[in-house]
Amino acid sequence: MAVGTVDVAATAWGRLRRIIGSPAGLRIFSFVLLLSVWSLATTADPSGQVLPAPWVVLDTLWYHLNEEGLLFHLGVTLWRVAAAFFGAMVIGVALGILMGARRRADIVLDGWHILFLNMPALVLIILCYVWFGLTEVAAIVAVALNKIPNVVVTVREGTRAVDRELLDVARVFRVDRRTTFLRFFLPQLYPYVMAAARGGIALIWKIVLVVELLGRSNGVGFKLHEFFQLFDIAAVLAYTLAFVVIMMVIEYGVMAPLERRFTRWR
Amino acid sequence: MAVTAGLSVDIRRKRFAGDGRTPPHTAIENLQFDVPVGQFCCLLGPSGCGKTTLLNIAAGLDHDVDGSVGIPSDDTGSRPAVSYMFQTPRLLPWMSVRDNVDIVLDPGARAEGHGVRLLERMELGSYLDAYPTRLSGGQRRRVALARAFAIRPALLLLDEPFVSLDQPVGNRLREILLDQWQAQPTTVLFVTHDLDEAIFLGDRILFLSQPPSRVVQDVAVDLARPRTPGSPAIHAFRTGLLDRHGGLLAGLAGATTDPGHSTP
Repeated sequence: MAVGTVDVAATAWGRLRRIIGSPAGLRIFSFVLLLSVWSLATTADPSGQVLPAPWVVLDTLWYHLNEEGLLFHLGVTLWRVAAAFFGAMVIGVALGILMGARRRADIVLDGWHILFLNMPALVLIILCYVWFGLTEVAAIVAVALNKIPNVVVTVREGTRAVDRELLDVARVFRVDRRTTFLRFFLPQLYPYVMAAARGGIALIWKIVLVVELLGRSNGVGFKLHEFFQLFDIAAVLAYTLAFVVIMMVIEYGVMAPLERRFTRWR
Repeated sequence: MAVTAGLSVDIRRKRFAGDGRTPPHTAIENLQFDVPVGQFCCLLGPSGCGKTTLLNIAAGLDHDVDGSVGIPSDDTGSRPAVSYMFQTPRLLPWMSVRDNVDIVLDPGARAEGHGVRLLERMELGSYLDAYPTRLSGGQRRRVALARAFAIRPALLLLDEPFVSLDQPVGNRLREILLDQWQAQPTTVLFVTHDLDEAIFLGDRILFLSQPPSRVVQDVAVDLARPRTPGSPAIHAFRTGLLDRHGGLLAGLAGATTDPGHSTP
């Protein structure tokens, strides 16, 4: 009898330990830990102005969602992120392949590449606004220009690592150029393109906010600037939260399934 | 498609310019031979004697050569299909077995299921939708073999395709190769450093020298087909050959028992 009770307790404890120790359990634990530290930290600020509690932020989020057009500003920012992202990926992948495959092109473009790679984001933004005016196009070009050099680095590396032996197969069997490119060459680049895309989206949305802060009259960056001037920290955190949630949805809903599809054959 | 002329090789010199790390060296010099249409010709030589280089030239992968390789031409006048089975299968890992063969076919042959028929002949019918990573080494080589025959080549080049397989798997693949070659006759240039393999497969064996390569012996294999790997007939042929040309083939006989044999 006593032995049986001990067994039940032991298995229940064991089960609990397994749940907490599982990856999902650890993620939940990590999240709860964040909330706890945050809540604890708010006690150091009795005014609630400098660091609002998690529930205050949620409440503010709800308010802005319903009354203050949060979705509109979020949508505008997302559109800019998407435009700059696709622009930067298309141009960056093309340049990366060119520079990886053609030595002459690499030598010619390398200096420019290093220049843009090391140009501070802020400088590019200021120059774009000064030269092209405070327009939507200038904003998106500024963001794309910041990202293109990073895409080039990754894709050029991938192009250099391409297996020439497989391309020789295409040559021997006289596969046409289009099929060679799409079916023999590009699949070898997918891991690199995916890596560039992942890093790209995270970098781009951060730069988009700066661009909006400096020269746009809508979008998350513009709103954050406004809240900063009003010292509305709860709203700043509410917008941040909303955007982070959206970026996580993109990561798990778009990027991860795409990557699984491209690497199915492994 | 009637093929009217065989393969003719006439290479005066093939030189690799060094690039700092590797010194320049001459791989082939004064290498001349002809292979009649439909002949199964084996090229036998020590490792590093320029056999792969020769196949690359014949396949059109390497144009930097002093000399010419005339590939079998047909009466249509267009450049007929040359196909190449490499030392490693070189399959595309992101494509199914079926697509790996179909990708090299023109749309017509693909539509009539020519690739699938060949794969079925190679006993791969139940692996059509598998990815190459799931296959064994022998199966991958059968896919590569199906791909090589799929384009109905006028010239088939094979570069030690069955090296590093164990004996039974290798023998089975050699039988499949001969079956397919008899069903679909074509001119074959088969590179190997294994004398028994050459005797089992070939109508003729060309022995190449240490680099710079040239032909040192041209032997017709007049054994009746079908032959049996490791049979007394093959053994006797080998012994006779080594007796007659022992001096010339001394270096090579060593190479057949020691695949790691390399040139200084």
